[in-house]
Amino acid sequence: MNTSPLFQTFIYLAAAVVAVPISKRAGFGSVLGYLLAGVLIGPHLLGWAGKGEDVSHFAEFGVIMMLFLIGLELQPKVLWKLRVPIIGLGTLQVTLTAAVIAAGAAALGLPWRAAIAIGLTLAMSSTAIVLQSLQEKRLDKTAGGQSGFSVLLFQDIAVIPILALLPLLASPDAAGSAKPVHDGVASLSPGLQALSVLAAVVGVIAGGRFLARPVFRFIAGSRLREVFTAFALFLVVGITLLMEKVGMSPALGAFLAGVMLADSEYRHELEGDIEPFKGLLLGLFFITVGAGVDLPYIASHAGLVLGLVAAIMAVKAGVLYGLGMIFRLEKAQGVLLALSLCQVGEFAFVLLGLTEQFHVLQGDGVRLLVAAVALSMVATPPLLILLEKTILPRFTRAAPKREMDTIESEDAPVIIAGFGRMGNMIGRLLEINKVRTTVLDHDSEVVDVVRKLGLRAYYGDASRLDLLHAAGAAKAKVFILAIDDPVKTIEIAETVRKHFPHLEILCRASDRNDGYGLVNLGFQYVFRETMGTSLDMAFQALRLVGVRGHHAHRVVQAFRTYNEAAFRDMAKHWGDRKTFMEQMRGKIREGENLFKEGGITQSEVDAAWDNTALREGMRGVMAEAEVKALDQ
Amino acid sequence: MNKVLILFAHPALEKSQVNVQLMRAVRNLPGVTFHDLYEAYPQLLIDVKREQRLVEEHDIVIFQHPFYWYSSPSILKEWQDLVLEYGYAYGKGGVAFKGKYLMNAITTGGPKEAYRAEGHNRFTIRQFLTPFDQTANLCNMIYLAPFVIHRSLFIVTEAQCAPFADEFVRTIEALRDGTLDLEAARKAERINDLLPARTLDFKAATR
Repeated sequence: MNTSPLFQTFIYLAAAVVAVPISKRAGFGSVLGYLLAGVLIGPHLLGWAGKGEDVSHFAEFGVIMMLFLIGLELQPKVLWKLRVPIIGLGTLQVTLTAAVIAAGAAALGLPWRAAIAIGLTLAMSSTAIVLQSLQEKRLDKTAGGQSGFSVLLFQDIAVIPILALLPLLASPDAAGSAKPVHDGVASLSPGLQALSVLAAVVGVIAGGRFLARPVFRFIAGSRLREVFTAFALFLVVGITLLMEKVGMSPALGAFLAGVMLADSEYRHELEGDIEPFKGLLLGLFFITVGAGVDLPYIASHAGLVLGLVAAIMAVKAGVLYGLGMIFRLEKAQGVLLALSLCQVGEFAFVLLGLTEQFHVLQGDGVRLLVAAVALSMVATPPLLILLEKTILPRFTRAAPKREMDTIESEDAPVIIAGFGRMGNMIGRLLEINKVRTTVLDHDSEVVDVVRKLGLRAYYGDASRLDLLHAAGAAKAKVFILAIDDPVKTIEIAETVRKHFPHLEILCRASDRNDGYGLVNLGFQYVFRETMGTSLDMAFQALRLVGVRGHHAHRVVQAFRTYNEAAFRDMAKHWGDRKTFMEQMRGKIREGENLFKEGGITQSEVDAAWDNTALREGMRGVMAEAEVKALDQ
Repeated sequence: MNKVLILFAHPALEKSQVNVQLMRAVRNLPGVTFHDLYEAYPQLLIDVKREQRLVEEHDIVIFQHPFYWYSSPSILKEWQDLVLEYGYAYGKGGVAFKGKYLMNAITTGGPKEAYRAEGHNRFTIRQFLTPFDQTANLCNMIYLAPFVIHRSLFIVTEAQCAPFADEFVRTIEALRDGTLDLEAARKAERINDLLPARTLDFKAATR
């Protein structure tokens, strides 16, 4: 087997590229595709993928990034609303599940220390599999999904004390050989350790609140996209290192950092930058889980392993469903919560490794449990498909729908790209009229100023599809393109039209020629940027030389209409130099004639108010004598 | 002394000599506020609060306008639509204009004879002005007979305009100074007819 990193990368990518689209198309979702791809290339079938401790460590970054992204979508005030389910539901789930499983293990004759260790280990669920699957099925914002998310969050917190507890559960005779869990601060006294965890958390929160924004601004100022991406990754990796140092879950730290940045104007840009990395690494993570399934062992102990998996999942689902009912979930949401979280999480691999190290459990038992854990993870996606296809439809369909929007996302009807002098004016006018707008601008200083005015402005390049998605383009109605770069305008306009055909696009054109280009590309709403101002100035000039205000207004409006029609007309000939110039000359003549004859000013605008003709007409019907008297 | 507010509405003033002359004659009269609506609101966006305050500060309101299609130019309709708010000018608690006077001052192309049952306009001027009359009534205002200039299309030169301008000035001054019998003014066909006779040396162009 070729073990060069490049070859390994090739294998992983190939597996993903082949398996995931097939799985997705078959309706199984991407998670199962990755897992099965992992099983396939794993050591027991094709044997292409190595054991790869390094790979799995690397892949865990996918999980960390996923929590960072989830944090980004969750503003602190929303998180605060979740405190009851996180603490209440979370505590009860972990303690009850651990207690039931530990009791079962003890009943099977295991020593109580080992039983407790197993109980705590198996109480954990798989954050990665659950959240990715729920997101893909759009169940993440239902009540069941939110409760699941709360429980997962609490489990991530619970990891800290569990890690501290494990050495204490070591059997007395083996206690001497137990090594400390971490080489960092974990060797400190519990008090100091708690203090360092607290310091790290406070550091992440304070950093996200006060430090991140100026740093982002500084980096965004360089206008180099890759530097911004590098910084985003640097942030996540840095938090991971810090959290590992103090013995806290890196995923939890990343989540916290994400929450702190959820209010930030760089949020969409961060999402766009991290998203592809998260997707790939999470995929890699699922593949390593799949590759870790110990097929020969399972085959030889089929009855035992399957029975254990079924028992564990039944216990976990039972506890979760019961808690769901206590916390007043609807039945369908309770089932969703129970089935989505009833597998054992990836963290169990770490804990089981430690239990073996501390001699809490013996080798054979650990192998059995590892196989059961892996199998329970693989079983989750099919279980959710079953849930989605057969169980959920039986309950009322409206239930999950109604509970959407718990997590606030951008759903403003208007998106403004480019918040310079023009976009600014448009945005303010719309906001004053209670039309919510989401603003995108690639100048961090502009975004900064605008946010101080209380508008939702985000830093980013509006031609990026991911950013458009994040800004809520799928839900918006109107897209206003107010940037001053004509080439970019066309690029963005075409991207938006292609991917969000429902959006009405309003384009700013810097001059006539750019306008012709946009009109010819089929954009209906094209605005030449100096048009309004020149007409306003003409209006004021007319008034100042003595033309009556309302008349000046009508003349200007009539000119606007005439000019706009001529502009649309000329666009047809644009590109063909000869006919264009010919047409242009014709238009100019036509325009001049219109004014020479007083066309616009009289016959078109207010012919009816011109009583010259009426006067002559009346003279015609009056008696000659009367007319003479008049002309006296 | 009554304070007089003239709300002037002519969308194409450059076409009407007589209205230009009438405007010039009353624009600077003491105790009279002349308010040119089309000039103040060229884009027809009426400042409602400002208009309400103006009316509050005066005792007599005069709509001065050409008699377009037996009514006023559109901005005056808009003015009524917006300024006469429920609960303010009429309806429950709507007493802001209570006791004030309202009058139309109009120029019309048709001769006096045309405005009667047998004439080709079939109705009298006052009949045509019924909506204004009732609007005033609903707003607790007192509606006065209109000031009317007939055959306005043929009042072109300055000399032709002068006697009418004078008549208008005398009407406004009489209203301002309280020298007009307002009871009679409510019932008359034209307020012009109530003015005391005045011998003038003008060569009147029309009757």
